[in-house]
Amino acid sequence: MQTPLRHITRGRLFWLGLFALTWLLSHYSFQLYKLLDARWIIRFPKALQLKLDTAISDFLNWLVNDAHLGLLTFRDLTRSIASLIEMPYQFLRNLLIEGFQSGLGDSAVQIAPSLSWIAVIATVVAIAHYARDLGLALLVGGCFLYLAVFGQWDSAMITLASVLVAVPIGAAGGLGLGIIAYRHTWFDKLLRPILDLMQTVPVFAYLVPILILFGFGPVAALVATVIYAMPPMIRVTILALKSVPEELVEAGRMMGVTRRQMTWKVLVPTAIPTLMVGVNQVIMLTLNMVIIASMIGAGGLGFDVLASLRKLDIGGGIEAGLAIVVMAIALDRSSQAFSERRMPHPRTGSWLQRHPWTTTVALIVLGTFLLGQVAPAVQSYPDVLKISTGAVWSDAMEWINVNFFDTLETIKTALLKALLLPVKKFFTGIPWLWGIIAVGLIAGRVAGWKLGFMAALMMLFIAASGLWGEAMVTLYLCGVSVFVAILIGTPLGIWAAQKPRAGRIILGVMDTLQTLPSFVYLIPVVMLFRVGDFSAMIAVVLYALAPAVRYAAHGIREVPPQLLEAGRMAGCTPAQLLWRVKLPLATPQLLLGLNQTIMLALSMLVITALVGTRDLGQEVYIALTKANAGQGIVAGLSVAVIAIIADRIVHALSDNQKRRLGL
Amino acid sequence: MKPFSALTAFCLAATPAFAQDSSDPIKLTLHDWSGQLITTTLMGEVLEEAGNNVEYVQADYIAQFAGLKTGDLHLAMEIWETTGREALDEAVGTGNVVNMGETGMIAIEEWWYPAYMEARCPGLPDWEALNACASEFATAETAPFGRYLGGPVTWGGFDEERVEALGMDFEVVHAGTDAALFAELEAAYQRQDPIVLWVYAPHWAPAKYEGSFVEFPPFSAECYNDPSVGMNPSAAYDCGKPTGPIWKAAWAGLPEQWPNAATVIENFKISNEDMGAMVADVDLNGKSVNEVVASWMANNESTWKGWIGK
Repeated sequence: MQTPLRHITRGRLFWLGLFALTWLLSHYSFQLYKLLDARWIIRFPKALQLKLDTAISDFLNWLVNDAHLGLLTFRDLTRSIASLIEMPYQFLRNLLIEGFQSGLGDSAVQIAPSLSWIAVIATVVAIAHYARDLGLALLVGGCFLYLAVFGQWDSAMITLASVLVAVPIGAAGGLGLGIIAYRHTWFDKLLRPILDLMQTVPVFAYLVPILILFGFGPVAALVATVIYAMPPMIRVTILALKSVPEELVEAGRMMGVTRRQMTWKVLVPTAIPTLMVGVNQVIMLTLNMVIIASMIGAGGLGFDVLASLRKLDIGGGIEAGLAIVVMAIALDRSSQAFSERRMPHPRTGSWLQRHPWTTTVALIVLGTFLLGQVAPAVQSYPDVLKISTGAVWSDAMEWINVNFFDTLETIKTALLKALLLPVKKFFTGIPWLWGIIAVGLIAGRVAGWKLGFMAALMMLFIAASGLWGEAMVTLYLCGVSVFVAILIGTPLGIWAAQKPRAGRIILGVMDTLQTLPSFVYLIPVVMLFRVGDFSAMIAVVLYALAPAVRYAAHGIREVPPQLLEAGRMAGCTPAQLLWRVKLPLATPQLLLGLNQTIMLALSMLVITALVGTRDLGQEVYIALTKANAGQGIVAGLSVAVIAIIADRIVHALSDNQKRRLGL
Repeated sequence: MKPFSALTAFCLAATPAFAQDSSDPIKLTLHDWSGQLITTTLMGEVLEEAGNNVEYVQADYIAQFAGLKTGDLHLAMEIWETTGREALDEAVGTGNVVNMGETGMIAIEEWWYPAYMEARCPGLPDWEALNACASEFATAETAPFGRYLGGPVTWGGFDEERVEALGMDFEVVHAGTDAALFAELEAAYQRQDPIVLWVYAPHWAPAKYEGSFVEFPPFSAECYNDPSVGMNPSAAYDCGKPTGPIWKAAWAGLPEQWPNAATVIENFKISNEDMGAMVADVDLNGKSVNEVVASWMANNESTWKGWIGK
């Protein structure tokens, strides 16, 4: 009798009781409503609903049409910012692909052609070699050659132009805001919740106001991209400046530096390796935005993906999608190389000898410019040499569809009945009032009553906005997807950590899945699994798998070797070593992975709305297509609320675990 | 530059043009479906023949109205009565957008099934025959009801109401996008599986797949507005969907800034057949939009020259 009772602690009783009560209320909420004749149990009373969406729409209307700042209207201000951004962007577009012209239409005169494809490749190879070595130079050169050979060059250069504008703005802006936040605590405090929102509110939610303020076309897309891509740079900057060794700061003070010198001569240079990690993040997030940006006029590869998939040209979609991946690989590896680059010894000799790459590139640019006048193949990659794999993909898809559909259908039906539908019933049945209390209790139990109270308040905001039902569908879809992603991702991560060679391949696949625009695999998934929650779940799992794998692998690898040695000395078998030593010690990392998985799953919801889910993501998407800014922002905030609560709870869990392990 | 381009416009158009068009480019919006790209490119090419400068801007179908209202965008060539009317009316109501008339194309949207279903459901395309074999269309999620794949929620269409009013044994499932809708059709067609879904024309799908639209009791405005009309005396929507023109919409400043171009735009008319053939050429035969537009212009010179007034 002693043993089973030992496991029933007060903590476990709390969780068991909470779950049982929630399950009962969810199961019988409908009967309860009929019995008491109280409809408010299942639906938030309409009379008490906040009219926040109309208020936001009105405010934005005022901001866009009437707001004045002295002489200027607010829109004049944003428009002049837009034209400032447009200048470098247009220049890069002309330089990379369109060529320089003067005049319009028939009367246009070409002043200079764009850089030839050979010149662009030579430039990136030179940069890569400068950043690290010949290996990287070959990789980057190969990536760009892929773009030319597979006929993606023109679109890729348009995308590259927007990346080259968005990344410096995002990086410099992030650095600036980060420095201010480092200097002034009040600004830091103000910034943190804004950063949380910037990272969790789906981009679709604020596209409409941006379009109105910054005008239609590439610039609005660039602004949206910067908003989306900047937050990690700000966070990394704050972190990097704070971790500059105290001795250095002290040394600077003793030299009597001014505040400006302290920032630019001591803090920033010391922090550069960490800062480059932030830049790297900005680049990756910018490329993530390519598809969404193309919906509002950025063009380029994202537009090709969308247009191909609209005519079900799966091969075309995959080729354009892979072009984005390839570009991400090239930019990611180069920027990482820059962050790890050590100062080389200065070369000696004449200017030409000291700058061999600059000279070579200048020669190639000039040479191809002259040759391009007579040989068009030098200027743009010849059509006859282009390769397309388009038909192969479509045929493969048809083959899978015809031969394996029945098997897949059986698996799908089984999973739907055993997992998805019961969970959906559970979540959608929870009466809103109890849902709020339950979230408060969970957050309170894990992370303290202050957070519990905040969480309950935030859930009340969702209910009062009339989005409770959608929020519960969101929780269900996200919950199931995260569960499946962790179930698949953790073993993969452990495997990757134990077997380095397999690990290389697994992590490579994960990188590709994350940079490949989800739209590319969304359509084949729909073809095999039909429109519905199941397809949405598969898409979310594919996208959110990466952090689960990565953090698991990282956690297992980081287990201190002395502890492993101790385990081996104690006579652990490899299995015991994994289960009793490695896994428990890796729990904090696993939880961080869980956190990231949840965040990615939530950010994917808006995309899954495109295959027809009925969650908050759909609400945001509907608002976008109806150009209803208020509705979009309220639904976007609801997504953010869920993300923030989940983030805080999981972080608290991870901290608790760390404390228990004495890390 | 200005007198020069105005002069070219004058020579090309050779019309007694008293008002002169601005040499600024007219900005035409591009969306992500081929039919619209063709219509817009054709319009752009004709405008260039008429001596105007044009620029193409990619924009979302509904979000573009924000740009049309402010004058960031100037001309949208395909606003469908069936899916864009609400937004168009709202925009015209503000006074910043004008309706430039019909494109000549008529939008059709209705329930549609592939031809191979006729053997399994005798009596098609009649809707009662479809209803009689609803179970053929059932899936694990919808059983015992048949599964009807509707368009994105934002397209409207009153399908839930129609199913209810006509007492049909179907459940409406909404695809999130056009691409998802036709992905399912493509997959079902490859397997010759039962499917009934929302298809619209002009589109490449009715050209690529053999099949027909379901015949519902014919649409009338009363049927939609008045429950007592139609076979179900107590419910509206007991009939098929309306068809409607595809409109052109422009920024209200366009007729002042480019008066000649405005006339050309208003004259633009193209038939469903011509458009269907061009869309099929692009989406099914792999030709480029520019190629297809150029060959249409070569074959129909008198038509588009008529728009310019030559």
